[in-house]
Amino acid sequence: MTQDFDAAPPPALPLIAPEPRPGSNLPEFTVGDLARRLKRSIEEEFGFVRVRGEISQPKKHSSGHCYLRLKDDTAVIEAVCWRGTMSKLAIKPEEGLEVIVTGRMTTYPGRSQYQLIIESMELAGEGALLKMLEERKRRLAAEGLFEPSRKKPIPFLPDVIGVITSPTGAVIRDILHRLSDRFPRHVLIWPVAVQGERAAAEVTAAIQGFNRIQPGGPVPRPDLLIVARGGGSLEDLMAFNEENVVRATAASAIPLISAVGHETDTTLIDHASDRRAPTPTAAAEMAVPVRGELLAQVLDDERRLLASAGRLLAERRNRVEGLARGLGDPRALLEGHAQRLDDRAERLTLAAAALVERRRTRVGELAASLRHPRDQLAQAGQKLAGEARALDGALRHAVTMAESRYQRVAGRLSLTPARHRLDDGARRLADLSPRLERAFGKIVAERGAKLDALGQLLESYSHKSVLARGFALVEDRDGKPITSASQTSPGLAVTLRFGDDSRVDATVDGGEAKAEKKPDAKKARAVPVQGSLF
Amino acid sequence: MIASAPSSASVPPDIAALSFEDALAELERIVRQLEEGRGKLDDAISSYERGTALKRHCEAKLRDAQAKIDRITVSADGTIGAEPARID
Repeated sequence: MTQDFDAAPPPALPLIAPEPRPGSNLPEFTVGDLARRLKRSIEEEFGFVRVRGEISQPKKHSSGHCYLRLKDDTAVIEAVCWRGTMSKLAIKPEEGLEVIVTGRMTTYPGRSQYQLIIESMELAGEGALLKMLEERKRRLAAEGLFEPSRKKPIPFLPDVIGVITSPTGAVIRDILHRLSDRFPRHVLIWPVAVQGERAAAEVTAAIQGFNRIQPGGPVPRPDLLIVARGGGSLEDLMAFNEENVVRATAASAIPLISAVGHETDTTLIDHASDRRAPTPTAAAEMAVPVRGELLAQVLDDERRLLASAGRLLAERRNRVEGLARGLGDPRALLEGHAQRLDDRAERLTLAAAALVERRRTRVGELAASLRHPRDQLAQAGQKLAGEARALDGALRHAVTMAESRYQRVAGRLSLTPARHRLDDGARRLADLSPRLERAFGKIVAERGAKLDALGQLLESYSHKSVLARGFALVEDRDGKPITSASQTSPGLAVTLRFGDDSRVDATVDGGEAKAEKKPDAKKARAVPVQGSLF
Repeated sequence: MIASAPSSASVPPDIAALSFEDALAELERIVRQLEEGRGKLDDAISSYERGTALKRHCEAKLRDAQAKIDRITVSADGTIGAEPARID
């Protein structure tokens, strides 16, 4: 079938016109007829086309179908990819992706639309694919998935190795052969598809599955994982560029070696793995050391261990023998000591006699130097006489000295200073006399004035002023004031004093007195008032 | 497995727990130390004994190397199993 439909001759439409109208030879269709004719025509003509264009507005429906548009700078075609086809696509439709799509055209009569049913999709050239991968790589790197600090060391000698690859083909054989050459190990193969629609999901599940195995379970947990695939085109290796595979690799707790494609192929899993092997065989070499070499090394160590331990012992034995020779003969040592003992014993007896002799000589010397008491008395007497003489002389000298001092002092003794002080005293006495008189006169005058003032004040407080206002003072004959009637008795002689200091003698006469005594009794009743004035 | 049993039985448990790598490193250190010939005789003797135990342990690890190839199976409920695989 040709794809160059522009150059194809226009399709000859069978003009079946049921009822041509008068005046027109054009057939008349119903809308449905026309739409069906168009549909058939388009489906026949464009039953298998290959279109290149840019994906625009891809929308994945919940049903699993994907609706999108293909466009270039002049036109747009609606396109749909059914769910069954979607899962088989090598690439996922993404906005702006330049793709080459194969499929068939159809129409949707209900809406006067036509659309392309997509059967397969590929990227329009390496450039576009690489650009997409570059973009994805940049994004995952920004998340830190490729950080060197995340990378785990590969164990020196893993007991169990998990291999994720296709169970058939050269890759697994290469790995197993190289492992058994170097160091046979327990290998767990997790079979996966390494290309196509299911590959990415299966590889992801395998990495996660191996990590889920717990130590001590029926299936041993691997110490190391190898994800491997042989060489292929960029599209063949696409599964190992998928985001879920890269994320599972970065998240693996078990160290992981990636070996995808050949040396020149680099997929995104290689950036996320702990170690990248250029080939599956190289991955096996990284996984295990060479057993033979290690065995040789251990045997060499054993030989050296034996040799050095033997040498060490021989050396020590030689030294012990050498030292034993140096110890010498014990009898010779003993004889030397016996001789020294004899020598000391002999010197001991000699030394005692010599000591006694030395003491005796010393006693003789001391006795010779002792003096008789008579000599000592005579010598003391002489010393006493000498000192008495010296005492006598000293006394005489002291008397002479005292006399001369007395003479010097007597000469200096005189009455003049005393006379001066007498004259001075007389003068001062003469001076003081008039001052005394002046001062005394002044004091007398001051006191006189004060006395007058007090006299007046006293007078103002005196009972006499009260008497002057008409009251009389009652006194007994001894001059003591009578201040209460109780102090009186009938027949008591009293004196009445008046304001002008005149006096009247009276006698108290009891209760009902004579008329002339009445005023006196009245005066007497006034006495307590006066008493309060004192 | 049967052949390696007596040798591993004579290895002290602390050495038996060592990885091959660590055991080999310690063996090398002991050999170097003894070759220098310093230290006390008692220490040298105990080092030697430990060295021979390490050597036995390393050797056992190397000798019991045996290829075993299993293929992972995943059952419907997600349980992971393994069955012997034969791949040439």
